Amino acid sequence: MAYALQQLINGVTLGMIYGLIAVGYTMVYGIIGMINFAHGDIFMVGAFLSLIALTGLAALGISSVPLALAITLVFAAGLAALYGWTVERVAYRPLRGSFRLAPLISAIGMSIVLQNFVQVSQGARVKPMAALIPGGMPLMRDGTFTVQLSWMQIAIVITTLVMLAAFTWLVTRTPLGRAMRACEQDLKMAGLLGIDTDRTISLTFVIGAALAAVAGLLFLLYYGVIDFFIGFVAGVKAFTAAVLGGIGSLPGAVLGGLAIGLIETFWSAYFSVQYKDVASFSILVLVLIFMPTGILGRADVEKV
Amino acid sequence: MAPLLAVRDLTMRFGGLTAVDALSFEAREGEITAVIGPNGAGKTTVFNCITGFYRPTSGSLALARGGGFALERMPGHLIARRARVARTFQNIRLFAGMTVLENLMVAQHNMLMPNVARGLLAVFGLGGHAKLERAAIEKARLWLDAIGLTARADDPAGALPYGAQRRLEIARAMCTDPVLLCLDEPAAGLNPRESDELSNLLRQIRSGMAGLPGCSILLIEHDMGVVMRISDHIVVLDHGRKISDGTPDQVSHDPKVIAAYLGEGDEDEIPAEAQA
Repeated sequence: MAYALQQLINGVTLGMIYGLIAVGYTMVYGIIGMINFAHGDIFMVGAFLSLIALTGLAALGISSVPLALAITLVFAAGLAALYGWTVERVAYRPLRGSFRLAPLISAIGMSIVLQNFVQVSQGARVKPMAALIPGGMPLMRDGTFTVQLSWMQIAIVITTLVMLAAFTWLVTRTPLGRAMRACEQDLKMAGLLGIDTDRTISLTFVIGAALAAVAGLLFLLYYGVIDFFIGFVAGVKAFTAAVLGGIGSLPGAVLGGLAIGLIETFWSAYFSVQYKDVASFSILVLVLIFMPTGILGRADVEKV
Repeated sequence: MAPLLAVRDLTMRFGGLTAVDALSFEAREGEITAVIGPNGAGKTTVFNCITGFYRPTSGSLALARGGGFALERMPGHLIARRARVARTFQNIRLFAGMTVLENLMVAQHNMLMPNVARGLLAVFGLGGHAKLERAAIEKARLWLDAIGLTARADDPAGALPYGAQRRLEIARAMCTDPVLLCLDEPAAGLNPRESDELSNLLRQIRSGMAGLPGCSILLIEHDMGVVMRISDHIVVLDHGRKISDGTPDQVSHDPKVIAAYLGEGDEDEIPAEAQA
């Protein structure tokens, strides 16, 4: 019982990180119908930027943890946003209006470019970092086993939920969000109504990348180790989460992330760690067979 | 009245096909100008040139507003933003998944979010955004009243009946504050009552209504009832050339126009309306 509760906590935490990355996938897919495969690598870049910032701040002697985190957040999200903007500008915009597969190939290319860039500039070895927010609270004791809820886990869950609420609000209530949804439905018509569609798409990439950097920072703080390859694995998982939740839906992305996180954690805990990915992707296949639009995806209703 | 849009020697060729051939006409300010002609006469091509979808092979499209705009050299979204020419399409292109009100709000995007900084301020509700948003909603409300859709403001646009979608599309175009509204077959598929409502709406748009400025209209239409009833000025095209130009009365008695329509085999299209 206590063991299951601990797995639940771990699974939810992992799921929230996947969910946060998945939101970026879903936003970009929503607006231009393209899978941005470089998104996972922007997440990885965000984690590295966070590590650089935290190391730099420690060297400068800034010992206040909240201050260091705030500066790191702004630094990592800002620079990652710049990466996101550049990727869109260089690799996707010139291919807009080209055949459907072209930006997809270009996205895979950008993913490899970012991975190799970080591998070369930062080294291929795993980078460790000492825990910045240690500790937590014991929830329950069962014999020798103590269920532990760490501060970091609470922080991750709260951050993801706050981000989800903020972005849902952004998309549904603000002029920028309306413009994004208009571009999603009819890019050309949106342009004819005076919306600068290129700018709206750029902003979507910028926002998605900043969000990925937040996820990167959380990942770094939670696991304490990163390398240049984390973006690939997390990216594939987050993409799966976005599809599972219903691509295009923000709450769906987080819900999908939760599902993948829980399946993975429970499978590892009770069956075998080696087969955890097999389990989560099998579930994905099953869900897509019976619910092709995902958990919260809406089917396009066409009035005839 | 002064010409608002002057089309001069407009020619559009697609390979060997000349869709529009040295066409010249004017749309005057405060008037409804109709462009009519048999199928394939080049009407929609003229529209596509005016709104920047096509770049004309030769000729000029001068819009007399402010310092004047050469539409033949401007990209589509700038024609909408700067020259303030709005258009609708033969097929309905509403944002079907967004609500009726949101469709009208999107059209006021430039007012609400003129640049990225304002857009970011708006996200945090700063920079007087609430006031702008209220003004935009107020304007949308006036248009909803005008098209009789106030009660359905929060329904998805795609759920409206066809005639209401047509009117909403026109209201959405008007929310961009155009000086010239280009309508491509707005009466297509409407029943007689709906086309009457449409005629009234277009007349109101031309002369302006309570709290809303007037706007000149350029119209492509096959429904001769609508055309004859509301147009101030009609341009008739056939095979890409202008064959007649004048008031509804002049045009409907022009032998060349009657021949062009009869020649196409649509015997009942003009003569029945000519008496009206």
